[in-house]
Amino acid sequence: MGRTLAQKTWDAHVVRHSGDGDDLLYIDLQLLHEVNTPQAFDRLRAAGRTVRRPDLTVGTEDHNTPTLALDRVIKDREGRRQAELMRSNCAEFGIPLHRFGDRDQGIVHVIAPELGLVRPGMTVVCCDSHTTTLGAFGALAFGIGSSQVEHVLATQTLPMRPLRQMSVTVDGVLPTGVSAKDLVLALIAEVGTAGGQGHVIEYRGEAVRALSMEARMTLCNMSVEAGSRAGTVAPDETTFAYLARCPGMPRGAEWEREVAYWRALAGDADARFDKAVTLDARTLSPYVSWGTNPAQSVPLDGRVPAPCDFAPGTQRDAARRALAYMDLEPGTALRDVAVDTVFLGSCTNGRIEDLRAAADVLRGRKVADGLHMMIVPGSARVRRQAVEEGLDRVFAEAGADFRAGAGCSMCAALNEDRLLPGQRAASTNNRNFEGRQGRGSRTHIVSPAVAAATAVTGRLSSPTDL
Amino acid sequence: MEKFTVHTGTAVPLRRTDVDTDQIIPARFCASTRRTGHADALFADWRAGSGFVLDRPERAGASVLVAGQDFGTGSSREYAVWALRDFGFRAVLAPRFGDIFRGNALMNGLLTVVVPAETVERLWELTENDPRIGVTVDLERREVRCAGLVQAFDIDPEVRRRLLGGLDAIADTLRHEADIARYEAGRRPALPVTRPAVTVAS
Repeated sequence: MGRTLAQKTWDAHVVRHSGDGDDLLYIDLQLLHEVNTPQAFDRLRAAGRTVRRPDLTVGTEDHNTPTLALDRVIKDREGRRQAELMRSNCAEFGIPLHRFGDRDQGIVHVIAPELGLVRPGMTVVCCDSHTTTLGAFGALAFGIGSSQVEHVLATQTLPMRPLRQMSVTVDGVLPTGVSAKDLVLALIAEVGTAGGQGHVIEYRGEAVRALSMEARMTLCNMSVEAGSRAGTVAPDETTFAYLARCPGMPRGAEWEREVAYWRALAGDADARFDKAVTLDARTLSPYVSWGTNPAQSVPLDGRVPAPCDFAPGTQRDAARRALAYMDLEPGTALRDVAVDTVFLGSCTNGRIEDLRAAADVLRGRKVADGLHMMIVPGSARVRRQAVEEGLDRVFAEAGADFRAGAGCSMCAALNEDRLLPGQRAASTNNRNFEGRQGRGSRTHIVSPAVAAATAVTGRLSSPTDL
Repeated sequence: MEKFTVHTGTAVPLRRTDVDTDQIIPARFCASTRRTGHADALFADWRAGSGFVLDRPERAGASVLVAGQDFGTGSSREYAVWALRDFGFRAVLAPRFGDIFRGNALMNGLLTVVVPAETVERLWELTENDPRIGVTVDLERREVRCAGLVQAFDIDPEVRRRLLGGLDAIADTLRHEADIARYEAGRRPALPVTRPAVTVAS
């Protein structure tokens, strides 16, 4: 029986099989950020253990980091304490750390690829559910909790039950103006927030092959919103070309050996998937969420659904609750929904291509009066590149607020960038949960192009509306 | 880790589906650097409204949470599990859980039990009609009992073994340190490192 890409990666990392069906998996890379990690280090110390492989571990500061200026301190006392502990813990155990203000600082899932640390066939973990992002490289990458972080620090392994395999095949070519973000929202609306539960998704098909590495990262990033443990894309020429430009890559014969190894990771033709979903790219259009989970999304051309559109019982109750929380009337055209904030950033859409997509829409246009458009680069490097390309001037001329500091910002709302109760945002983030962007906040998940067009009109819009 | 064998307690019927971890503990409470002291943050935004089931006097001392489909989805924050434990919960029953949440719960001796939606409905009714009714979660026999209701449940044998024994997962793994070292010796040399290699003292 053939093996999928994820299964081949899994097989190559089994340290031992346990009698009860768990596998002890070796972890090639652990990423750390300042939230959730102090507890892991405290326990490690209390047990008299140490970090087994600081050379396979790297830290950054992203969740709490301010964005207004690089010399700002974290206002929140507890948040500041998290950053202080991150620094002292990494120093104590010899773990490299990219601190706020450093050249290579940024959101974990943005900086790890920039630093060339994520490659096909690797196992990668981080105390963050959006670690699924890194499967774009053909790695097996998934989020874990603090206790598992401690487990990996101490042993460089994790006991895991083998995952089920799911394929998502996207045939055809995405229409102009339809991005990976729209594709993945359409997928989640189709399969639901638990459609991939217990599975690792492999994204395949013509439309996926045509995506850039950054777009693949957007796609894999949202895998967790479909409940899946991880998302992957088989490595191909696009992957190798991206990696070839990353720092720390092997050269010459060693590079060729690596590429040959990566190529062989592609799933076998006779590999079996436990679940298969097919989408037709040609039928897709810009998507937007209307409710309080990412599956509650519809085409921007559509209308807000009514509770009676859903099965009676829990489904209908959930829709009713979401509509009440979002303060939306069933039947309202999504294009008639006005927002007061637009947020562009996050590990989903905070990379240079996302900023370019927004700048292309904003060039020569103005952000609507009274609307606040906040743009937060995913990393310090992304910001430098945006300035080199003159995107900062485009944003300034449009009246958008392009922040100095990189980080999670208003996606996690752990720093000072939060919506006020009742405020409504079009956001390129990944979650529209109740209170996600601040207590009482209302979030519509959108792509960067839709975010920028919405900033211009003040209502949910796509660039074709301008 | 605290052992879990057989637990009997009163229940909180939570008639909600899609309970993501942002609802279990909102982000603003995740700035804490400790594992304890999170009881007041549990469901903070829902409790801010009036009459949320968790704070009704008849639910005082409850230790079993009965929730709808898809409990613990979303963010990987282990704070969600810590808050539930701090509040006094030992078990959560639901038709389906978020994967990362389940893993986190296991590491903290919080038992997550998958039971059919009909059983959840039945338990909601029973515990709403009589808030003092006991719900027994029996990990040894792998069943949930309440009044006349007996519901068998499946659980990963490895998970069950660890909970019954209150085992330290890290100590468990470190028994195989020789296997880990052997695996490390055979890793492909071109794999990336974040800093110059260190010598592992074995």
